[in-house]
Amino acid sequence: MSPTQLEELQQATPVRPPFSLAELVRKRPETITFTILVGICIAVSIANPAFLQPSTLIDIGRASVVMGLFALGVFIILAAGGIDVSFTAIAAFTMYSMTVLVQSYFPGMPIAVILLLATGGGALLGVINGLLVHHLKVPSLIVTIGTQYLFRGFLLSFIGTVWIMSLPPQMGAFGRLPLLQFESANGATITLPFYFLVLPIAAVITWWILNRTLMGRAIFAVGGNANIASRLGYDLRKVHVFLFGYAGALAGLAGIIHVCANRQANPFDLVGTEINVIAAVVLGGAKITGGTGTVLGTMLGVLLIVVINSVLVLVGIPSTWQRLVVGVFILLAAAFFVTRQRKK
Amino acid sequence: MHKTSEQLIMLVVINVALLVVGAVISGGTFLSLFNFQSMASQVPEIGLLAIGVMLAMCAGNGGIDLSGIALANLSGVLSAVIVSSFLSATDNETAFSLTFMAMTVGIGLVGGVINGLLISKLNITPILCTLGTQMAFMGLAVVVSGGKAVTVGSPDLLSRIGNDMLLGLPIGFLIFAVIAAVIAAVLKFTPYGLWLMLMGTNPKAAVYAGFPRTGILVATYAISGTLSGLAGMIIAARNVNVKYDYGSSYLLIAILVVVMAGVKPEGGYGRVICVVLSAIALQLMSSLLNFGGLSNFVRDFAWGLLLLTFLAVGRYDVAGFLVPFKGQHKSSGPSPQAPKPSN
Repeated sequence: MSPTQLEELQQATPVRPPFSLAELVRKRPETITFTILVGICIAVSIANPAFLQPSTLIDIGRASVVMGLFALGVFIILAAGGIDVSFTAIAAFTMYSMTVLVQSYFPGMPIAVILLLATGGGALLGVINGLLVHHLKVPSLIVTIGTQYLFRGFLLSFIGTVWIMSLPPQMGAFGRLPLLQFESANGATITLPFYFLVLPIAAVITWWILNRTLMGRAIFAVGGNANIASRLGYDLRKVHVFLFGYAGALAGLAGIIHVCANRQANPFDLVGTEINVIAAVVLGGAKITGGTGTVLGTMLGVLLIVVINSVLVLVGIPSTWQRLVVGVFILLAAAFFVTRQRKK
Repeated sequence: MHKTSEQLIMLVVINVALLVVGAVISGGTFLSLFNFQSMASQVPEIGLLAIGVMLAMCAGNGGIDLSGIALANLSGVLSAVIVSSFLSATDNETAFSLTFMAMTVGIGLVGGVINGLLISKLNITPILCTLGTQMAFMGLAVVVSGGKAVTVGSPDLLSRIGNDMLLGLPIGFLIFAVIAAVIAAVLKFTPYGLWLMLMGTNPKAAVYAGFPRTGILVATYAISGTLSGLAGMIIAARNVNVKYDYGSSYLLIAILVVVMAGVKPEGGYGRVICVVLSAIALQLMSSLLNFGGLSNFVRDFAWGLLLLTFLAVGRYDVAGFLVPFKGQHKSSGPSPQAPKPSN
């Protein structure tokens, strides 16, 4: 999410002629997310002006890439009325296997091929999810809890548990490749890495799929009511395979970016963060029962979670409070969005 | 409803088969009294959580309780912090134990009621609500303990519950068995049990039939929470310390137990005896893998595979296939139910 897009939203909201706040909130729940986000940012910058330094902002941008990619995948599944908790295991699986593969067998593999292979590998694991969800006909939460353990257990039992500290050089170089570089007031160099670009690109592609293709129609239709969608002639199997495949691909990509950005591959990483991601998507206004939500809202939700996680320390709240705060935020957001829907 | 006894038979067969395999592999030591006792003392924690998940699932409408283990840990951690602030575990053993036990169960009950109220009054989807409360409960446990393990110590009464035997059975296991029997009786003989299952079968019809929806949901999640509190007490009794992230894989295992027990994920059907048997089967398998000297990661892998396998069993009626004499008067192929939304 670039700042210009945020400004656009800010400017675009008051333009509608019959302006009604309740109506706006009902139609575009992400305005609430946006308001909370701005509110938190203002409060924090008053409490601690260090927040507005470019280095903090860039840190937030960098931290939101991996979570943002995950969130796009979760969002598209949520829009179709499903839920996925296996994406972190997919990411861990692809990132670690790719790193091992490159390090031991193909040290010269160009980074573009690595990224493509990771995305493809993630998509493959996602397709397994999709097929299972479709054919077992049980809630996707239960199926993906199963595959989460399956993928992670496979990774840790058969591929490896060793923490890889020295990456193949091309991956490390990709993680350091700057998009934007400048010097801050105190002389330190601040870098916005090149991989940051991946997130806006993925967001635009997801937006395009959801709003401009037949598959997008099918996804929202299935999320609204799967039975009716299937009677209207949407192929549920195709939709499920696409959904989970796409989410898997994003997870694979996010995993390899996570490795490159941190310059190390830890097979125990990532798994356990899925609730944060689901929280981000829900805070962005997507209903967990499906059929609603926007890409913009999802991105705002991700920013909100990343900001909450990184500002607690800045305003002097101990980091032990992080889980409690996020948990309460989920419940508040859920309660708020439910009461909003009942009023219409 | 003849599928129910098939599931029961299948679980008994699985348990016996596991015992035989264990006996063959270990050359008899698997069947020793000591091994049985140590296995039995590990069942209650997961069994109590699984019964909670089962009740939430039976309520239908996407009912599930993901907050179980987080609430169990919260009740242990919070009680340990509060009770040891005014009672000493070494000087006042009985008083400490009793207060601690009452408090764990009470905290579990309160947490469960919160879940129930959020779901029934505010209409929050159970998945989302219990995800949120899971995080909040865990977060609260982190806040009160500062992220560190909290020492409960081993005061007389409490440590006896965790470690002693009565009639050759671990006391924790006996508590679990009694609780399971009580809940089975409640489900079978009280209006609440009937309401719960009928509401799970068809929530809309239940509303039109005038069932007390709020009451049923709050009661269901309150029972589930109380069971978590009990699990928290047993965890504290068995271990000297309590910590916010104890048993991180219990969530999956509880769901695995419930699915293995043939509880319908879409609601309306579940039997406590099957959940108990399936928890025991899982414990047998876990001990078997230990005997085989396999790592925890292989176990995670096996649990995932097992969960998916049992989902497939439930879907394609393999149970009926394995017990053919039961299914003769039944039409072949899947039952002609309306297709369910498959998310």
